Amino acid sequence: MIRQGGKPDVPSVLIALLMAGPVVAGLAGTALPAFGYLPVLGFETFSLQPFQALFAEPGLATSAWISFSTGLVASVLSLAIVLVFMAGWYGTRTFGRVSRFLSPILSIPHAAAAIGLAFLIAPSGFFVRLLSPWMTGWDRPPDLLILNDPDGFAMTLGLVAKEVPFLFLMTLAAMNRPHLGAYFKAGATLGYGRMATFFLIILPQIYPLVRLPMLAVIAYATSVVDVAEILGPTTPRPLAPQLIVWMNDPDLSMRLMASAGALLQLTISALAITFYLVLEKFAGIAFKSSALTGKRFRQDRNGQIASLLPMLLILVLMALSTGLLVLWSVAKSWWFPAAFPQVLSIDRAVNAVLMAGPALSATLTLALLSGVFATALTLWLLEARGFRKKRDSKKLKMLIFLPLLLPQIGFLFGLQMLFLATGLGGTLTSVLLSHLIFVFPYAFLALSDPWNRLDPRYEKAAASLGISRSMIFWKIQLPLLLRPVLVTLAVCIAISVGQYLPTLMIGGGRIETVTTESVALASGGNRQYAALYGLLQLLVPLAGFTLAALIPNLVHRNRSALQMRG
Amino acid sequence: MHADDAQTGLRLHNVSVRLDGRLLLAIDCHIRPGSVLTLMGESGSGKSSLLDFIAGHLRPDFKAEGRVVLDGEDLTARPAQERHIGLMFQSPLLFPHMSVLQNLAFAIPASVKGRLLRREMAEQALLDVGLAGFGARDPITLSGGQQTRVALMRTLLAEPRALLLDEPFSSLDQSRRAGMRKLVFRLAKAKELPVLLVTHDREDADAAGGMIHWLGRDDPGNGCTDKAQP
Repeated sequence: MIRQGGKPDVPSVLIALLMAGPVVAGLAGTALPAFGYLPVLGFETFSLQPFQALFAEPGLATSAWISFSTGLVASVLSLAIVLVFMAGWYGTRTFGRVSRFLSPILSIPHAAAAIGLAFLIAPSGFFVRLLSPWMTGWDRPPDLLILNDPDGFAMTLGLVAKEVPFLFLMTLAAMNRPHLGAYFKAGATLGYGRMATFFLIILPQIYPLVRLPMLAVIAYATSVVDVAEILGPTTPRPLAPQLIVWMNDPDLSMRLMASAGALLQLTISALAITFYLVLEKFAGIAFKSSALTGKRFRQDRNGQIASLLPMLLILVLMALSTGLLVLWSVAKSWWFPAAFPQVLSIDRAVNAVLMAGPALSATLTLALLSGVFATALTLWLLEARGFRKKRDSKKLKMLIFLPLLLPQIGFLFGLQMLFLATGLGGTLTSVLLSHLIFVFPYAFLALSDPWNRLDPRYEKAAASLGISRSMIFWKIQLPLLLRPVLVTLAVCIAISVGQYLPTLMIGGGRIETVTTESVALASGGNRQYAALYGLLQLLVPLAGFTLAALIPNLVHRNRSALQMRG
Repeated sequence: MHADDAQTGLRLHNVSVRLDGRLLLAIDCHIRPGSVLTLMGESGSGKSSLLDFIAGHLRPDFKAEGRVVLDGEDLTARPAQERHIGLMFQSPLLFPHMSVLQNLAFAIPASVKGRLLRREMAEQALLDVGLAGFGARDPITLSGGQQTRVALMRTLLAEPRALLLDEPFSSLDQSRRAGMRKLVFRLAKAKELPVLLVTHDREDADAAGGMIHWLGRDDPGNGCTDKAQP
């Protein structure tokens, strides 16, 4: 014990630096220019001028309000949809089917989902085409602001469609604990309805594990850029995409204002999180007092059915969106109001894929490298902590999730400056590092649970056989965890492929991935190419998850204890 | 007691284990080669923590005092890998990603060179417990008793100098227990291993035939004194 405890815990320290370092440096790099200090561009005196300029911008209040309201509404709505569905259907066959369909949606990058959704709901989109002209009488796309509507409904819908699968899987993971089934039975035995049992007995137990992902969702949704570019309002834009516009302005002094805006973005996200925490407090009190009344809510059939509808709607929307991505990428001509393309052609798609070669290879390189690094770092951290028999520390967990709890734009501005100053700006290495900041938390999220659930007695048994620590890792722990390790790798790939803002900002336009390309193409209105790049975005993670499912079955083909069940 | 006697076997010198300042157990004991000490006590009496301490797996939030001495060597500060103490659990814990034979070969010390020799040793071990020809099998396809026998041979192939048994018979059917107990104690005796057996089951203790120590009892007749040994 003495020898083991004596060495410093290298991986924990390293991870802390890797996570907190860029965030702190990035925040500083954002805050200084916001107060007028950016020596690289010749601004060397502190002033409040950037803030004055920011607040003088027309439409700023609207931008800020859209960011706050769409982000908060989308997050709360997503959680509500997930929780009522869990309450109504957990453990049923319907639940099993829905969760099988939701998991792949999680791997669809935000931008691709938004592009597909745009194809579906735009005035010239699939829905309108289905009804035109026989019902609507439209023979040209109507002049309606369904997409990019000023209140951000389309954007909210796009966010909900993507955050529901995420929160669903996070909640499902939280429910993966012993005796939960017994609590459901206990509730039923006491005469409580299924949904009441969930909200009064189960949810209080699992909620602590759902809260952190929920806060991450709020931080993300209130500061999203790619979804906002495709589905969000344009006059004015939500705050985060507006900041990007200012950041890319040829007038360099706009950067100071953009930095001040990034601080405003941080404030807005913090306000949204605070608002949610207050909401959460009230909900907690309401549930507690309801539990004391003894009301059983036995008749909840209607509630159950109502809880299924939004979930089904999301599944249908996402299935149609994905279908439209495929259809558009092989459509040679598809004039309004035809519901299906007049001419299909694979040639242009093939050409486009060839053209996409460099972007695709950059995407794959970034995804694979960040995936391998993040997974390896996570394993190193978990192994070292397990070896020291340390329990999960809350501080480390907070640190790991820190980059997800802040709006990306808040510290990416500063990080960009930092990389530029060190000459690393616009290189694959710097983009890789920025991806790693956002990929690692997910790697930890995906792997720490399976790691901690591995029976520690395997390690003890092996150690008592005289097997060395590294042999235990390579020959026992890693093979036994092959499936979750590969799934983690696939999750990392999906997250990396989905990164729009870090690639855009740190890459400085010099590193292009299928994601940055697809957003550019979608805002440029090129449907076929946008569809193709969207599809590529989707295929990379899909390939990852497919391999992660197949490889363990192949490797462990004669070991039934390690085969995937049902 | 002869002087050379005191040098061999497993000695627990004034061992005590605490959690959050609360004393879980205290024991001072000498288990001679080929003899068994049975440790009995309520759940929560710290039996597993004691085994963890002896084998080198104690979590840092537990505080232990005292020394573990095996054949005259102080093991207290050594990592689990260098203690040469074999461990058997309630469940056989065969590594599920390896075949039965791989599980056994994995345990043979690296100093034993040669694929063929290692394979022969593993197969001989299977033969010894009546499982000849089971080498290629997936461990999960074996019955509970068969798995326990493999686990026993896996433990012994690593050439331990002492054996810790954490209720290894409790998962077996009543009808299989007697046979398994006999096998374990016979092999341990043949290899002159000191054995520490933790159990709830009085029959285990009787079959072991050695000293019985009740955790949480202080009366003078309590097993872990040299006097009580036959």
